[in-house]
Amino acid sequence: MDYLIAFLVGGLICVIGQIILDTTSLTPAHIIVTFLIIGIILGAIGAYEPVVKFAEAGATVPILGFGYTLSKGAIEGAKAKGVLGAFAGGLERTAGAIAAVILFGYIMSVISYPRSKK
Amino acid sequence: MDNMTHKEYQEYVKKKVPKPPYLKNSIRAFITGGIICLIGQIIRNFLFRFGLGEKEVATGTSIILVFIGSLLTGLGIYDKIGKFGGAGAVIPITGFANSIVATAMEHKREGYIFGVAAKMFTIAGPVLVYGIGGSVVVGLLYIIFFSGR
Repeated sequence: MDYLIAFLVGGLICVIGQIILDTTSLTPAHIIVTFLIIGIILGAIGAYEPVVKFAEAGATVPILGFGYTLSKGAIEGAKAKGVLGAFAGGLERTAGAIAAVILFGYIMSVISYPRSKK
Repeated sequence: MDNMTHKEYQEYVKKKVPKPPYLKNSIRAFITGGIICLIGQIIRNFLFRFGLGEKEVATGTSIILVFIGSLLTGLGIYDKIGKFGGAGAVIPITGFANSIVATAMEHKREGYIFGVAAKMFTIAGPVLVYGIGGSVVVGLLYIIFFSGR
């Protein structure tokens, strides 16, 4: 059941992105940043938490979930350690993913070459 | 045709540009994004079996998905997924990994510092700036509004 919900919710979030892509002149890069910021805001006001509880990976795999994790980390940091926590919290929670992006991204870029388009 | 104003020309172009097939694109985005999230759920449930906590599982799932996204981009497969799935391939975290490897690969000729290492942040840079910057703002706002008691 959780697989079906993850599929449906994740799919729906992507449909929203696709409609924005098709009806505006925004590029995929704009979409990524816009969804990230929306995720941060929804995370900050507590609106994304129920979606994450309900859909799990369907809510956390889209980049919205990355924004949610960042603001959740910052709020938890602020609760525990005050101003220092507010600065470090978001990055602490996402450090693993960011390090992975940098390491794997670099290695794959070095060892592979762009395919020539026909 | 010859003496059109700029505005008329813009409207003329707008009429001639084919409308994207909204429904087809949306269905494809739905299927692609849905499957990537489904794979994420499989990884998540698998990691929970090792007795990890929620935070560790969330981080582990992201790391594995980022690895898969980078690998498929390097192999040229993610490009095909992206052509089919549109936003369905962009919005999941694998799309974030894809954007990094795809731009970095293209600029390899410029060297490993100003080429690969600098250009990999063409899209990742804005994500980190708005993401990390935004999170600090949220944390500080929380302190201002809720910790003043």
